[in-house]
Amino acid sequence: MYDKGKVLIGLAIFVIAALSIVGYNMSLGDSATFRSEGNPGPEKPVGHKSCVKETAYMQSSHMVLLNQWRDEVIREGKRELIVTPAGEKVEKSLQNGCLSCHINKDKFCDRCHEYANVAPYCWDCHFEPSKPPVHKEVH
Amino acid sequence: MDNTRRKFLKLAGITAAAGVGTTLIGSKAMANSHGGHDAPAAHGHNVHAEHGGGHHHPPEPTGTRYGIIIDAGKFHDNPGLADQCQKVCHDYHNVPDYGNPKDEIKWIWTDKFPNVFPEHSHYRKDDRLLSMDIIAMCNHCDNPPCVRACPTQATFKNKDGAVMMDFHRCIGCRFCMAACPYGARSFNWRSPRGVDKEGHPFIKKYNPRFPSRMRGVVEKCSLCSWRTKKGLDPLCVEEANKTAADAMVFGDMNDKNSKIAKLLKSRFTIQRKPELGTHPSIFYII
Repeated sequence: MYDKGKVLIGLAIFVIAALSIVGYNMSLGDSATFRSEGNPGPEKPVGHKSCVKETAYMQSSHMVLLNQWRDEVIREGKRELIVTPAGEKVEKSLQNGCLSCHINKDKFCDRCHEYANVAPYCWDCHFEPSKPPVHKEVH
Repeated sequence: MDNTRRKFLKLAGITAAAGVGTTLIGSKAMANSHGGHDAPAAHGHNVHAEHGGGHHHPPEPTGTRYGIIIDAGKFHDNPGLADQCQKVCHDYHNVPDYGNPKDEIKWIWTDKFPNVFPEHSHYRKDDRLLSMDIIAMCNHCDNPPCVRACPTQATFKNKDGAVMMDFHRCIGCRFCMAACPYGARSFNWRSPRGVDKEGHPFIKKYNPRFPSRMRGVVEKCSLCSWRTKKGLDPLCVEEANKTAADAMVFGDMNDKNSKIAKLLKSRFTIQRKPELGTHPSIFYII
């Protein structure tokens, strides 16, 4: 093999460089990545200690929970209130439940949704109680 | 030669006879089998007739069965009350007003007797009856044709008897509208959040407690299931009874001690288009 020394040095540099990226990300951990540079920074409601489920679950799966609530409420008639770990009672409802604590949709929901480039169709019908829909479309 | 011709003619004759014969037997067999189909059907009719009325009734549903009795006379004595009930319902549920009857969205409305009860065909109805504005709404049928027509199960029968809509699932095919014999379903041809040509919004004032709908979704009365679960009367019933006691009576028809069950026992009530076998849960005292 020609230039054995150079090739081996080059290979070693490549392997170290490639692994360093993986290692860096592993050292940061999951939630740290979310909060590192580019964090959309949703504003949490003031004066409430806990959500209906733990933060990690809500971050990843709030949409699953909302769908579950919808089916339970509309189809099974299970409209009982949810009690948060902090003892607060919350209605199983996006508009009357979630948004009663997270009063500012722009600073909570939209921040992450815009960051993640998702456009959930919740807002086609539901709206922030303090801010009724603005009429734009002309027919 | 002759012998061969003779043989040929014999054969041809037998073949022709056999052919005609089989056709005859075959057609007779067919006729028999048709008769066979007819016979049990006729028998079935007899069975139904024996049970009375000539109609086949499904077994009466058990468990909670919500219903409403509408006393049309009380609404007749209080003009404007029906419109008031409609306003309360439509305001709460963010029902848009598109400003023309073709696109009208209605959860609860009024109409004249001949339109609400078209099966009452006689020509000489009394003046009181003809002048009445009768409340109409979703009948929350025990056998709802809309539910059978819905391809996505967006509309379904609730455990307590209400025919419900899951607006999330509605794809706007309008099969349910074609299926409903009462015109209780309306379609959003335009976005309810839009404005008309003069810039007036279709929803004048939003109720923050209730969502709006979007374009391409069918909507209808939900029997205020968000209220009945808490033990409250539907909005229209509550509003009507503020002015005229028992103008509308809501309750569980299967609970013998409920007001509605007692009233159904003691008064003659009619349903809309009972001949269709939908078994409405809305009753009228005229």
